[in-house]
Amino acid sequence: MTEVLEIARTLRRRVRELTGEAKWDDYLAECSAVGEPPMSRRDFERRRDDEREHLPGSGRCC
Amino acid sequence: MSAKSIAIWGTVAVVGAVCWTVLALSRGEDVSALWILFAALSSYAIAYRFYARFIANRVLGVDDTRATPAERHDNGRDFDVTHRHVLFGHHFAAIAGAGPLVGPVLAAQMGYLPGTIWIIVGVIFAGAVQDMVVLFFSMRRDGKSLGQMVREEIGVVGGVAALIAVFAIMIIILAVLALVVVNALAESPWGVFSIGLTIPIALFMGYYLRVLRPGRVSEVTAIGVALLMLAIIGGGYVEQMGLEEALTLSKEQLTLGLVLYGFIASILPVWMLLTPRDYLSTFMKIGVIVLLAVGLVLAAPVLQQEAVTDFAREGTGPVFAGKLFPFVFITIACGALSGFHALISSGTTPKMVAKESQVRMIGYGGMLMESFVAISALIAACVIDPGLYFAMNSPAGATGADPATAAEFVAGLGFTITPDQLTAAAAAVEEQTLISRTGGAPTLALGMSQIFTEAFGGGLAAFWYHFAIMFEALFILTAVDAGTRVGRFMLQDTVGNMWPKYADLSWKPASWSASAVVVGLWGYMLYVGVTDPLGGINQLFPLFGIANQLLAAIALTLCVTLLIKHGKVKWAWVPGIGLAWDLVTTMTASYQKVFSDNPAIGYFTQRERYADALDAGELLAPATDVDQMEQIVLNSTVNGTLQALFALLVLVVVVNAFVIWIRALRAGGLPTTEVPWHESHLVQPSDFLATPEEKEAVRRWEAEGRGTEVGSHR
Repeated sequence: MTEVLEIARTLRRRVRELTGEAKWDDYLAECSAVGEPPMSRRDFERRRDDEREHLPGSGRCC
Repeated sequence: MSAKSIAIWGTVAVVGAVCWTVLALSRGEDVSALWILFAALSSYAIAYRFYARFIANRVLGVDDTRATPAERHDNGRDFDVTHRHVLFGHHFAAIAGAGPLVGPVLAAQMGYLPGTIWIIVGVIFAGAVQDMVVLFFSMRRDGKSLGQMVREEIGVVGGVAALIAVFAIMIIILAVLALVVVNALAESPWGVFSIGLTIPIALFMGYYLRVLRPGRVSEVTAIGVALLMLAIIGGGYVEQMGLEEALTLSKEQLTLGLVLYGFIASILPVWMLLTPRDYLSTFMKIGVIVLLAVGLVLAAPVLQQEAVTDFAREGTGPVFAGKLFPFVFITIACGALSGFHALISSGTTPKMVAKESQVRMIGYGGMLMESFVAISALIAACVIDPGLYFAMNSPAGATGADPATAAEFVAGLGFTITPDQLTAAAAAVEEQTLISRTGGAPTLALGMSQIFTEAFGGGLAAFWYHFAIMFEALFILTAVDAGTRVGRFMLQDTVGNMWPKYADLSWKPASWSASAVVVGLWGYMLYVGVTDPLGGINQLFPLFGIANQLLAAIALTLCVTLLIKHGKVKWAWVPGIGLAWDLVTTMTASYQKVFSDNPAIGYFTQRERYADALDAGELLAPATDVDQMEQIVLNSTVNGTLQALFALLVLVVVVNAFVIWIRALRAGGLPTTEVPWHESHLVQPSDFLATPEEKEAVRRWEAEGRGTEVGSHR
């Protein structure tokens, strides 16, 4: 049972990495590790949007 | 190798050999598509296990003690240590689009065998090698782009030629992809309805992520996909909704729509449209490929197309002109060898690789996966009745766009289909007509609909047809937004060298004007294709294929150059085989497209023929008035000039590289811009599945407290 849970946890993590949602999880973990209050999710995502706007970005191919 | 592994690989080799033998020997009998599928899979497995490993270890010398750019510069943005499975997904989503779906469908006019062989052999020895080697060299140079590497490693002349080539090729690719969408949606109110709705769906997703529930990507993707399905189902009721007339759009109207869309999409903030559309398209990409693989195995369809048609020998095919050599190798680019991938393998992906040895699974493995998509598309095109295939893929000028004349035309080609069968086939997928629906998308959609109906039952032929059209159009629209944006960045960057202000990405006049130029260029080429009386796809697709393969020639030239400069001349044959074959086929094709005295092949001979007739005051079929005659003259001039320009630019790069090869050979190697060795502190497995030793190493490393999850930020 714990093994199944472990696999499910890893799978969820990979999906969140694929969608980029894991960045928020990591940020929260980092904040709690240093003991700083995190910014709101809205501000966090807004910052990521701004970054994306200025990166040449992932091209899409034929 | 252990006894167990010898037994496993021995079995894979035997399965592959049996499949290939069946394909080679079967003529005129029922051949199951599964032979192709399993010939492909076993060949890929062996190539990946042995050849790719040899390239990684011996040729490139991947070194896991060396830190990758992602590890050294990790900033959580472009440089970002990424879990290998996740990066594989990102890389695959970036390289694979509509290309591997379209080329094999068109090449099916020569039979299933030429395409099958080229897709499988090509990917193993050329395409996957290119992707992996470029990825490796770019990774060793902090993710430099292809253009930058050519400039620094080959020379300024080659660099400038490469830069122009990349830009021009991108324009052609966007135009041809857009042409595929236009051809798929013209006179198809169902298609227009469902594709049209993807725009509001994407905008809604963007708003959701920005305002309603920031960052919930999985959630919004699920909502988006559900809405997408509703949009496809809803399309079946356009008639009842009274929208049929309003949504039956001509090719010209669709062209205008696409150009406007492309311009607006490239200047809107990315969160509004581009990013959410990308989530949808990535999900559909992975989902549909899994679905297609399952469907193929369940349906186990029988190939209807001949193994090798007469068109392969005679070069008189209606879908595109020219013989098997060199034109199969041009028509199927993506899936076998695609130069465009070099732009993804340099730049984006190399900045995310965790360990050097992972270039094998990401570069080589990612391309094998794309090749699999191409094989599936080829099968889908070959399970359709050949009579129907040719009626769908021959230009309207030849079929007369009418069931009776189309049936007659097909009979003239040596295949049979009755006018009633043509009408019934269209009715089965609820389209007004299937005649001369060129561009590959409708044919693929029909083949997929046939396979899915057989595999999953339920009499949903029309739904599956429009589902396939939808996902193909979705890929292409994503490529159109993203490509226009990349083109805009390239243009701003280039002009910025002379006028720095122009390179400022947030300066509106620059970004708007650069977007307008890029959209204007591909929009013009799209218009050329749409209005061409000779049939746009058969005129433009060769240009697209050659352009893509010429880009591959530039990338492979760079790979050979770098191996020689690194003193590894004895391994230069590895990218060298692909390069030699690519140069032979593309240069032959370019030569024929420019100089052939057959007007169906040579652009300038075609031009001359119509120009002479114009002067003599005559009309030549399929043109029906003077305007069309003039259109043909102009189009063939534009196409021929572009064709000659591409080939010339590539020759400049190759000649420039040749000089460097001689210099490097004399000196026994030359310094390169490779970043020096830095110790790596990351421990990660290198292949899809971790070995027990790797698992143990990762466990120990994590126990030391250093292994916070890869992909996270330290």
